Amino acid sequence: MPRTLFDKIWDAHVVDRLEDGTCVLYIDRHLVHEVTSPQAFEGLRMAGRKVRRVENTIAVVDHNVPTDADRLKGVNEPESKLQIETLEQNVAEFGVTYFPMSDARQGIVHVVGPEQGISLPGMTIVCGDSHTSTHGAMGALAFGIGTSEVEHVLATQTLLQKPAKNMLVRVDGKLAPGVTGKDIVLAIIGKIGTAGGTGHVIEFAGEAIRSLDMAGRLTVCNMAIEAGARAGLIAPDETTFEYIKGRPFAPQGQDFEAAVAYWKTLPSDEGAQYDKVVVLDAAEIAPEVTWGTNPEAVIPITGTVPNPADEPDEAKRGQMERMLSYMDLKPGQKIAGTKVDVVFIGSCTNSRIEDLRQAAAVAKGKHVAPGVRALVVPGSGLVKKQAEDEGTAQILIDAGFEWREAGCSMCLGMNPDKLTPGQRCASTSNRNFEGRQGPGGRTHLLSPGMAAAAAVTGVLTDVRELI
Amino acid sequence: MDKFTTLTAVAAPLNVANVDTDKIIPARFLKTIKRTGLGKSLFADMRYNADGSEKADFVLNQEKYRKAQILVAGDNFGCGSSREHAPWALLDFGIRCVIAPSFADIFFNNCFKNGILPIRLPEDVCAKLMDDAALGTNARLTVDLERQVVVRPNGEEFAFNVDPFRKHCLLNGLDDIGLTLEHTAAIDAYEARQPAWQPKIHGA
Repeated sequence: MPRTLFDKIWDAHVVDRLEDGTCVLYIDRHLVHEVTSPQAFEGLRMAGRKVRRVENTIAVVDHNVPTDADRLKGVNEPESKLQIETLEQNVAEFGVTYFPMSDARQGIVHVVGPEQGISLPGMTIVCGDSHTSTHGAMGALAFGIGTSEVEHVLATQTLLQKPAKNMLVRVDGKLAPGVTGKDIVLAIIGKIGTAGGTGHVIEFAGEAIRSLDMAGRLTVCNMAIEAGARAGLIAPDETTFEYIKGRPFAPQGQDFEAAVAYWKTLPSDEGAQYDKVVVLDAAEIAPEVTWGTNPEAVIPITGTVPNPADEPDEAKRGQMERMLSYMDLKPGQKIAGTKVDVVFIGSCTNSRIEDLRQAAAVAKGKHVAPGVRALVVPGSGLVKKQAEDEGTAQILIDAGFEWREAGCSMCLGMNPDKLTPGQRCASTSNRNFEGRQGPGGRTHLLSPGMAAAAAVTGVLTDVRELI
Repeated sequence: MDKFTTLTAVAAPLNVANVDTDKIIPARFLKTIKRTGLGKSLFADMRYNADGSEKADFVLNQEKYRKAQILVAGDNFGCGSSREHAPWALLDFGIRCVIAPSFADIFFNNCFKNGILPIRLPEDVCAKLMDDAALGTNARLTVDLERQVVVRPNGEEFAFNVDPFRKHCLLNGLDDIGLTLEHTAAIDAYEARQPAWQPKIHGA
């Protein structure tokens, strides 16, 4: 029977099957960070258990770390400091490989995995973070888990799981200039909704997806979770193999050739069946921007804020009204031209070198508008260094952007980078939930180029006017 | 993990769709290395004013719901992050059962690991339970996991589905890790047949 990419990876990792169909699923890569792991290590310690496979496990600090240049002098916030120190004690006690803040390889866990060649096609990859779906762009089955499951994987290198359903999202045709992976995934979520993928693994396919570089693909899979999907997947191809070749933790030489031969067997078979199929036309996708407080509340930058009065469903109408009130927007107003206070370029969605280059291309020779604070937070120390070496960083610095150290930063308001109540932010991150970037903060999700356009004009702006 | 068998309790109505994990527990409260103590931060931004005082209109601030053990919620409850702090906060407050038309996958899964029973029921049924919940302490709901029914105060019963394995674990308060370790021989065998090219992460 023809199988999908998901079916193949799943089948290759079933260790055992319980009577009711629950599988003991083997986990090839376990990524650990400071926020969702302390209780898991504590559980191991209390039960007298070890980490079963330290060689499948890697730890990094990202959520809590400050991103200012002085951070190696110490973390001021006592609770953050405790979480970071707890992780450091745990990795030392259990023998897990770890990239601390002082290591150039430190960064956001979902940037570090692919960058180091730790995340590879055909693997199962988990992390106590919902944006683990990012690694699906490598052609790996990657998903977020809770802390109980983090402990389960540490102790057994497996998870108890039932297979997900298969969903295909195909984006046909070519993307217009100024339209990126971020716009594709926002358009998809706008179409299928924040629960459109629930219970499914979404395989992204079609010409527009194939044409993306790895950074663009990682962005698309990163936000699969925002469509409610268990995971996102993109079949590995020459773009993938070329990206992986020579990365530190990837197979080298003959091992690499053997790996590629296997990876080439992974793409879905001709005639494989999907439980759901959604098709989009790339030509219809514009630079997108969210107007509400969940990622499905999205419109093209050329669009207007929807009117709740046009919504027949009472509950949805109420939700729209609440979103407009929180966001301080009026029905029918053009979204372009909305004034912003802060611009955030970073997060596991959009902090790779290609993302920073998109921003720099727009910002080059211009300056951040008066009254706007604009931050650029590279996804890893290595991205930061590369941007500095090639001049991308200088373009952004000259344009008046803050150039910071690697971390999750303003994506989630649990480190010093936060919005203050009422501030409006053009953000390349993945969640525009109420209070996500700081209590009372207002988030508009968009691409790095769009963020840079907002920074230099001071208002939400169609990036195509500046390129 | 505490067993879940039968629960008769006050149910709090939270008729809002897409209650995300940042609403259940904002990220600034995740800086803990413990599982307990999060109940006071449950729904923090919906529940408290900026000065820390309670918002009188929020459901859990109403006297009759302060000891609610059941939450009747809207569509797509628990969407967003994988933080297990969300079920920990619910549990620490005292909630042992959440009833909604639909849940986000990771949250749904995390509940079972903590002795919380998430129940999916059709929208019209949830609407009836929402009405019951609105009566506060005058209308307790009963959740019987063994029989897989929710019983209204008027005696009407609604059957719900639950995965047999998860039901077994909840009824007996079983820890997954212990169960999985019974498969150690199969895990050993799986690891022994991994391809030679598969790289290992070693301290570098």
